[in-house]
Amino acid sequence: MPPQSASRRLRALLPALLLGTLTACGQPSAPDDPLVIYSSRNEQLIKPLLDRYTQDTGQAIELVTGKDGPLLQRLRAEGLNSPADLLLTVDAGNLWKAADDGLLQAVDSATLRKNVPNHLRDPDDRWVGLSVRARTIAYSTQRVDAAALSTYAALGEPQWKDRLCLRTSKKVYNQSLVAMMIAAEGADAAQQTVERWVANLAAEPFANDTAVLQAIAAGQCDVGIVNSYYFGRLQRETPDIPVALFWPNQDPALSDAAGVHVNISGAGVTKSADDPAAAIALLEWLSAGDAQARFAGDNMEYPVNPAIDPVPLVAAWGDFTPNLINVSQAGALQPDAVKLMERAGYR
Amino acid sequence: MRALAALLLAAPMLLALACVALGWLAVDGETADYVWRNAIPRVAPTTLVLALVVPALAALLGVGAAWLTAVHDFPGRRWLHVALIVPLAIPAYLLATVYIGWLDYAGPVQTLGRSLLGSGFALPPIRSTGGAALTLALALYPYVYLLAHSAFASQGRRCLEVGQSLGMTRRQALWRVALPMARPWLAGGMLLVMMETVADFGAVAAFNVDTFTVAIYQTWFALFSISGALSLASVLVVIAVLVAALERRQRAARAYAGDLSPVRHRIALHGRRAWLASGTLGLLVLVAAVAPTLQLLAWAIKHAADFDGRYWRFAANSLSLAAMATAVLVAGATTLAWAQRGGGHLPRLAARAAQSGYALPGAVLAVALFWPLARLSGWVNALTPAHWPTLLLHTSLLTLLLAYGARFMAVASQPVESAFLRITPAVEDAARSLGLRGAALWRLVHLPMVRSGLLTAAVLVFIDVMKELPMTLMTRPYGWDTLAVRVFEMTAEGEWERAAVPGIGIVLLGLLPIAWLVNLGERPAHLSADHHAA
Repeated sequence: MPPQSASRRLRALLPALLLGTLTACGQPSAPDDPLVIYSSRNEQLIKPLLDRYTQDTGQAIELVTGKDGPLLQRLRAEGLNSPADLLLTVDAGNLWKAADDGLLQAVDSATLRKNVPNHLRDPDDRWVGLSVRARTIAYSTQRVDAAALSTYAALGEPQWKDRLCLRTSKKVYNQSLVAMMIAAEGADAAQQTVERWVANLAAEPFANDTAVLQAIAAGQCDVGIVNSYYFGRLQRETPDIPVALFWPNQDPALSDAAGVHVNISGAGVTKSADDPAAAIALLEWLSAGDAQARFAGDNMEYPVNPAIDPVPLVAAWGDFTPNLINVSQAGALQPDAVKLMERAGYR
Repeated sequence: MRALAALLLAAPMLLALACVALGWLAVDGETADYVWRNAIPRVAPTTLVLALVVPALAALLGVGAAWLTAVHDFPGRRWLHVALIVPLAIPAYLLATVYIGWLDYAGPVQTLGRSLLGSGFALPPIRSTGGAALTLALALYPYVYLLAHSAFASQGRRCLEVGQSLGMTRRQALWRVALPMARPWLAGGMLLVMMETVADFGAVAAFNVDTFTVAIYQTWFALFSISGALSLASVLVVIAVLVAALERRQRAARAYAGDLSPVRHRIALHGRRAWLASGTLGLLVLVAAVAPTLQLLAWAIKHAADFDGRYWRFAANSLSLAAMATAVLVAGATTLAWAQRGGGHLPRLAARAAQSGYALPGAVLAVALFWPLARLSGWVNALTPAHWPTLLLHTSLLTLLLAYGARFMAVASQPVESAFLRITPAVEDAARSLGLRGAALWRLVHLPMVRSGLLTAAVLVFIDVMKELPMTLMTRPYGWDTLAVRVFEMTAEGEWERAAVPGIGIVLLGLLPIAWLVNLGERPAHLSADHHAA
């Protein structure tokens, strides 16, 4: 090949490059003033629902997905110039943090107060839960009698030595769980529980809940702690999987610690929102009726709105009493929980 | 002029470094205490082990393979050369998922082992520092391979012949002639592997191995302390700059320009040795490229229903971002290399700064760049009624391209700078004495001599940008979702198998520049031969 053809190729590429930059700059800024959502909830779990909202109401929506940490920093850096109107996350901790950083505004909506129970929204009304994620015990139906199970803390008993599988402590779901344990029983009791769990581990902590469930199915361990919808996914693929869910801490005598640990996927209106009313309207729409059913159902989570039933596969796992401590504690106590788990040797 | 150009290229990275350093001012006492007493002591040993073992393993694989394919001839050599580069296109976190899926207790290998050999059968745990080191080495060795291949191929056979005429065996010639002469290339490749290893998050997270980067993200996401995370990250940058400076000091006194006549007659291997060469390389390709790709393909087919029209858009976005970034970076790296040839401390220091972004975890670099830019545009907006600065920030690719430029300058620079080492002052003097100057000197002398280095840089950057996630995720304008972003959407909720749909797209698109490189790479040989003949 003659040497000049390389530069000819480059020259051919140039218009494409320019075009790319231009189309990027030429994105319409706001012809019909779209509602901009910064979301750490996956596109596939939320986009279909948002598309329907646009269809029904004519409200255009721009969905920008990302990780919580960077999204929050982006909001902070952009300040009041941020295009974002709503922040949507998959845990309460990050909503708490966003509110704590002054990124969210209080919302006065009787509809939201009616549809979302107290413990699943911000005491100062800066964010609300839209679906419930239950973190519960999974066990092998072949090697475990459900009668032997009772509480999260009891997984630290000697009978579970080398039989317990956990996901890594770096996942926010476990950080929230331990934060809520601190809120219910104090740091000392929580640390003791976590230390006992670590002593019972059958394998190094796993990178995800699905791996924990597969380890139980394969016989590497007998019990574990997972979010219920991960089990739902596996069950849908393999209906006869020899694993089942158990709802722990159902004895009211446990007082503050009573109830299954729940977290939320939820949202708050940003301080930079141009039209808070439009953002609130979307939240209200998501908190009731068919939209609420699908918001939770599309990922086999639980609706926040008690008037809405979970999807049949989820309902088949039975009813449970959730822990009623406000989920904002998951955020406030998260740094303590992280350091506690490190001290306890939970990796 | 040279210093100014270098400083300009270093500007985005200097801005980011300033932001990272500011972390120390903003961090609160409790978090700083946690960082020094708890986080660093906990993660330093693992990080050190990985930072040493992974480049060493990658060098073993990369140099060994390059020595065979660049200098020898054996059955399947050309195909193996292409295939050996392919792992470059497979993101390390996907490779990690595949290996863990196969080799963990619940995976098919151990399940089969238990059913055949009884329940006592067990492999050493894959989710361990050793497993992470092996996986990262298999994912990253192509950096060393490409650079080593380029070094061996451009060394010229005469050096080896001289060595052998002095009574060296072929093995001695490798150790005492070829390797020392390829040193900047090898060190450059190993440095890239080391920095990539230290900055990796996706793969080590899959193994639940705690490195510096894990601690940085833990401090940021879990302890909610961005300033703590930045101060931790600054330690990484300092170490990376020191290691790079040390390597350069070591080699500073030597000259690497050699006789440029390319390998025209390869050493032909015969019989058992030939099959040993093909077999060993074939095994490496099978483990690092073919089998993982087939597994991703199988998962993608299982979830083929996910594939819809939007994927063409994702692919187009990935390609055009990679193309734009490649153009910017190759031009930037060439300018940096040129700037440093003038001598002087300032261009060299600026170049070191411009290349330090590779050691920073992507999300940290993205924040460190985005923060000052967002603030700046906010101030300008406050002063003027026009909203164009914010609009530019939110809707243009400016931030994203700056971020790519800051992160991958080291990747583009290693092959380019090594290539420039081949241009001796004698060559330049000769050209000048013939009246060549400026653009003509560049076009007729420099460009043909550094061409293969530029091509290598272009391919490395192109593929790296296509795999890049955290910076794309944070700074892409609306509508610029890429295949890598799509992988994130799936993996964020643990849908690893569904992530194979966009994942296989990244691998397949990554094959395009590799094929292009190999196709062109076969040519500089007779290109420069023609020049010699002329």
